[in-house]
Amino acid sequence: MNDRKYELVYVMKPEATEAEVAEMQAQVEAIIARLGGALEKTDVWGRRKLAYDIGNHKEGFYVLHVIAGSGELMKEIDRRLRNTEGLLRHLVVRIDESDRKAERSKTIRVEDSRRRRVARGLPPDRQPGEGPQQADGDDDDRDGYESPEA
Amino acid sequence: MAFAKKTGPGGKGRGRGAKAAGDKKDGQRRGMFRRRKVCKFCAERIDDINYKDMRMLSGFVPERGKVLPRRISGTCALHQRKLRTAIMRARQIALLPYVTD
Repeated sequence: MNDRKYELVYVMKPEATEAEVAEMQAQVEAIIARLGGALEKTDVWGRRKLAYDIGNHKEGFYVLHVIAGSGELMKEIDRRLRNTEGLLRHLVVRIDESDRKAERSKTIRVEDSRRRRVARGLPPDRQPGEGPQQADGDDDDRDGYESPEA
Repeated sequence: MAFAKKTGPGGKGRGRGAKAAGDKKDGQRRGMFRRRKVCKFCAERIDDINYKDMRMLSGFVPERGKVLPRRISGTCALHQRKLRTAIMRARQIALLPYVTD
């Protein structure tokens, strides 16, 4: 049961020294090694402003791990992180299934468009110089209403 | 007929989307106050709504910190659900606020 993939994000106190951050990562790695998982990726986001105060902290030090392993492993990690000093927050999310779903809908979409193009007697992939994708006349964006990005 | 099938300039008449009060008379929906709202995630083919993508999520979290409702953003039900999960996850690790006041 090692085909699962998880993401682990934790937020350390902003005053954590580099050594403390490294130590934290080493701890996680040790648990992974002990319970037979694999650390696939580590991404240190660094200091970020928190969206809300936690205790009296306004900033946090973010670290992201991508871990392949069993649910037992993640349970253990979760348990350990819960009891770890110097940690503000942590979050474990299972990602293999959602990744797979996203992948599948993407391939379906690509195949669909290819099939339709072939049915119209076109080569399956878009050729250079074919011009922009035809817009549906209905989907007009200019109406004075700001889209949510604003 | 007053309630003949509406065929606007787009000609699709799918009956979805925002209708302005004066729609029927002039038969011209565009250039009025509203447009047919389109789910951003469907339109841009975003398959994965990720809780780490702050740039995208923050567009759906207005100042107060609540989730922007579907009736305003036009997001489809499926994507609104995914969006909600993503926002809730982001809140857990203080990437997004629960409330701001």
